[in-house]
Amino acid sequence: MSELRELYQSVILDHNKHPRNFGEIDGASHYADGFNPLCGDKIHVTLTLEGDIVKSVAFTGAGCAISTASASLMTESIKGKTVAQVMQLFDSFHELVTGDTKIEVGAPGLGKLAVFGGVREFPVRVKCATLAWHTMKSALEGSDEIAKTE
Amino acid sequence: MTASNEQMPAPSLDVDRIRRDFPILRQQSHGHPLVFLDSAASAQKPQQVIDAMSEFYSRDYANIHRGVYELSQRATQAFEAAREKVRAFLNAGAAREIVFVRGTTEAINLVAMTHGREHVRAGDEILITAMEHHSNIVPWQLLCEDRGANLVVAPIDDDGALMLGEFEKLLSPRTRMVAVTHVSNALGSVNPVREITRLARERGVPVLIDGAQAVPHGRIDVRELDCDFYAFSSHKLFGPTGIGVLYGRSELLESMPPYQGGGEMILTVSFEKSTWAEIPHKFEAGTPDIAAAVGLGAALDYLGEIGFDRIAAHERDLLEYGTALLEAIPGLRLIGTAADKAAVLSFVLDGVHPHDVGTILDQEGIAVRTGHHCAQPVMERFEVPATTRASVALYNTRAELDALARAIVKTQEMFA
Repeated sequence: MSELRELYQSVILDHNKHPRNFGEIDGASHYADGFNPLCGDKIHVTLTLEGDIVKSVAFTGAGCAISTASASLMTESIKGKTVAQVMQLFDSFHELVTGDTKIEVGAPGLGKLAVFGGVREFPVRVKCATLAWHTMKSALEGSDEIAKTE
Repeated sequence: MTASNEQMPAPSLDVDRIRRDFPILRQQSHGHPLVFLDSAASAQKPQQVIDAMSEFYSRDYANIHRGVYELSQRATQAFEAAREKVRAFLNAGAAREIVFVRGTTEAINLVAMTHGREHVRAGDEILITAMEHHSNIVPWQLLCEDRGANLVVAPIDDDGALMLGEFEKLLSPRTRMVAVTHVSNALGSVNPVREITRLARERGVPVLIDGAQAVPHGRIDVRELDCDFYAFSSHKLFGPTGIGVLYGRSELLESMPPYQGGGEMILTVSFEKSTWAEIPHKFEAGTPDIAAAVGLGAALDYLGEIGFDRIAAHERDLLEYGTALLEAIPGLRLIGTAADKAAVLSFVLDGVHPHDVGTILDQEGIAVRTGHHCAQPVMERFEVPATTRASVALYNTRAELDALARAIVKTQEMFA
């Protein structure tokens, strides 16, 4: 049960219930769709860049608690960052949830995102946590393809 | 279902004894006794099936047909004996009406690619229902695209039951095939297949029944059902993966062109022209999964010994018990409440996504399926992204359903 508490921390449950930046930015400069065929989760991410900086970001979609909270916390943590910083954060987040490297849960730089450290104990849920991030990345890269988590 | 003898109360099932036949059930999952409620995806295998396959490989294995040596003859006999067991299970008129394929999916593709291609022209129609599994949608879609034909979908009501009146209206002079599931995998609804075949027969339209979800729950009588094709997979029937069955009426099978070309399906081959073997071999190109056929035969023997009526009665009890348990949970909505239903409990919880439900249940040792169950149109019909589905089989118990209900309430508390 403790692993489960680690996965569904109160921050995650809160962002699932009350997702931040939920909606769509009119006239967004970047946008993309993401889809997880495993569970049917869909997400639409819109962003507006001002120069090199993420001025605003929002998402819509339907998904599980992990994917909704991940999208919500992502929008909070990338706003105001440069594209390069966002990409760096993408890598750190990915490492955090996959446990590919020895990145410590709660390592500096991740801020609130550290609550997703428990996901690595649930391999089938990693894609839930990363869907929003992959979608955001493909929006920034201007990709026309629907983002997947492969 | 076709399993009859409603008047005679079936002697109850000795579930403890049955559970001892399934070695996989004797394990812990996340520190809890495993509660396996995903048999609609694939059923577990009794020791009798495992042993039959192991003994076949240990004693009787060789490639089948045409071998002049003893071992090949023994293997051939075992393979053909399995075909006869399937014939008896379906009450088909002849063993040559039983084609071994890889599974239900391949069976449906076979009919679409052969019978379908022969008979479907531009503007023609294939009639299916809104509760089909993707495997009874996509093969027909491919055929329709290829031929410029139209896929017509009969609606289901809010309980997930087929609207038979609408279905009848959609049977048109252009309908070339009716393809319906016997039991819905996502909803549990049992279709009135006998009525469907009667309506189609009056209009001379052939009917294919996807029996994947029906066969674990009772004996099937294809002659009583009066269908033209019946498809099922061994692995949902407590047999191995890798093998399934297409029943086809012999006149139809004989008139159909081959599906795949290769060894075994030919009579003669020259570079100018080849001729085809008799049915069913015409549709069995290449070396099949011989041991899996033997395993399927053993599964049918096993179920026959327990008694299909007893299995059906046990499942009916679990379905009623489980339905009452889940309906009593506030915030839980059952998806699929048809009057005639197989032992599938598909549901959604207010404010909790099925994927989260699945993870939390898993931590309690309970294996359920979450997602769209390869029936995305059904999810759209009920306006849910996915459901959690608990499906029961002969080895499940009331106590396991109690554990399910407790874990659901725990999930709700966590997300409250």
